[in-house]
Amino acid sequence: MSVSDDPALSRDDVAYLAGLARIDLTDAELDHLAPQLGVILDSVAVVGEVADADIPPMSHAVPTSNVFRADEVRPGLTHEEALSGAPQEEQQRFSVPRILTEEA
Amino acid sequence: MSSEDDLTRLSATELAERLAAGDTTSVQATQAHLDRIADVDGNVHAFLHVDVDGALEQADAVDRRRADGELLHPLAGVPIAVKDLLATKGMPTTCGSRMLEGWIPPYDATVVERLRAAGLPILGKTNMDEFAMGSSTEHSAYGPTRNPWDLGRIPGGSGGGSAAAVAAYEAPLAIGTDTGGSIRQPGAVTGTVGVKPTYGGVSRYGLVALASSLDQAGPVTRTVRDAALLHDLIGGHDPRDSTSIDAPVPPVLDALDGDLTGLRVGVVTELGGEGYQPGVRARFEESLELLTKAGAEIVEVSCPSFTKALAAYYLILPSEASSNLARFDAMRFGLRVGPEGVDAPSAEQVMAATRAAGFGSEVKRRIILGTYALSSGYYDAYYGSAQKVRTLISREFDAAFGRTDVLVSPTTPTTAFEFGAKLDDPLAMYLNDVATIPANLAGVPGLSLPIGLADEDGLPSGLQVLAPAMADDRLYRVGSVLERLLEEQWGGPLLGRAPELASSTGVGR
Repeated sequence: MSVSDDPALSRDDVAYLAGLARIDLTDAELDHLAPQLGVILDSVAVVGEVADADIPPMSHAVPTSNVFRADEVRPGLTHEEALSGAPQEEQQRFSVPRILTEEA
Repeated sequence: MSSEDDLTRLSATELAERLAAGDTTSVQATQAHLDRIADVDGNVHAFLHVDVDGALEQADAVDRRRADGELLHPLAGVPIAVKDLLATKGMPTTCGSRMLEGWIPPYDATVVERLRAAGLPILGKTNMDEFAMGSSTEHSAYGPTRNPWDLGRIPGGSGGGSAAAVAAYEAPLAIGTDTGGSIRQPGAVTGTVGVKPTYGGVSRYGLVALASSLDQAGPVTRTVRDAALLHDLIGGHDPRDSTSIDAPVPPVLDALDGDLTGLRVGVVTELGGEGYQPGVRARFEESLELLTKAGAEIVEVSCPSFTKALAAYYLILPSEASSNLARFDAMRFGLRVGPEGVDAPSAEQVMAATRAAGFGSEVKRRIILGTYALSSGYYDAYYGSAQKVRTLISREFDAAFGRTDVLVSPTTPTTAFEFGAKLDDPLAMYLNDVATIPANLAGVPGLSLPIGLADEDGLPSGLQVLAPAMADDRLYRVGSVLERLLEEQWGGPLLGRAPELASSTGVGR
């Protein structure tokens, strides 16, 4: 596998992206991923050939819009069912770690 | 153990006939498959979970319904395996990931609901690449599935478990999902049949989303007729999936064993030739000759943008996946782990530590790739351009289907490769799906069927049939005729030539 001399993504770039994606990467993972992502990005760059062309973008195979269904009351999940996979629960609610920083 | 009396060797159609005639019961058929799983799955590892009690209970229930004279679905009582990507109430659903280890959904996917209503006992959940990202099952967090033709080789992916289960006679039917080839590519390399219906043809409700604009569930079987029966059962409109097509299922059963006279079959120049293994090409050429003899007219068509399909796919898929997989945030379900050495960690720290521990390397790779492709400043160059390529591919399909009724190509460039061969070379792995990806991007249906063994390695290769959206019946029209002509030449199904699997009894599960 050839690695580009001027990688599209540096190790720091990958660390930054991992932060955005909320994934803690180890040093070893960063060393491994950065060159691999560079190779992948080099190979997908071919789509850039149509970047300036006047072609409508396609986001979906079957264009649909305003899909409605009848507004009818139907049974949903019970409290027990909804919470059945919860890592932690309290008073029939999802219990989560603190969402604010201490010093804030 | 290949006698006529072995219920596991029957096609789903044959088994259904015996059930309807009262020659056997669903409990007997289900037990036979559970025994087979117990016997060989220690070697094949097609299943992540086997539901012995649940399957037998469902079998007993359908036997009672039959005894009561109830009018049943043709496949009632025929057991089935379900890919671990579909939510199954009361049964673990892990997607091959540590992130969902032990998660038991509180609801059924629509496809699963339809299987249960029709009385198909669910044998268990099949192995897959983590969150359907891969072409070999080597990215499953629970270890790979092995190809029944050669236990040292991959069964394809991501749905390698479903294909291997069917190829190893552990199940007559299975459900797969196909985002870039995950039904068709495993079908090709295991000598089985796999169908990706038209996008929107089968409900996505209860499928754990990989790339929502590409994902589609479909049949995994040993015969084309079995696939049509299963397609007819699981297809059709579902108000719980806003992308579900509100139209009847295409007439897939009526299409079986039709006449190919005058049918225009397009061979796509860009899906063949260089990079395709000689044995795969040879079997493909022979199949074209058979189609010609059956009255079809072979036309060469060029779809130049297909050469950019792989690139567009590996921008669109990671982009959608990075967004879809944001739901695994350690808050409401799935894994939760705290960062090491942090007192009272924040939700954000727990999230990042959990995703580090719960996701495997390929999932991390694609999430980061998608995060990059969607990030400000790069969006137009990457994701935006990929969406333009998608338009071009869709237009080229339209143009090709203006001149032809169906398109064909080899399903995969090569036969099954050995474990480890491409594991750390993502690009080489991605190339396995080069012929199957265009159909997902355009939303058109595709079927893969076995067309023989490659000379150089004696392993199965497949042919892919593609049809216009909602013309899924054409896949079955071509597939059933080609299957019959090939089996006449072979003197039986291709799977009959697969080596007998050694018993793994004694190997712990």
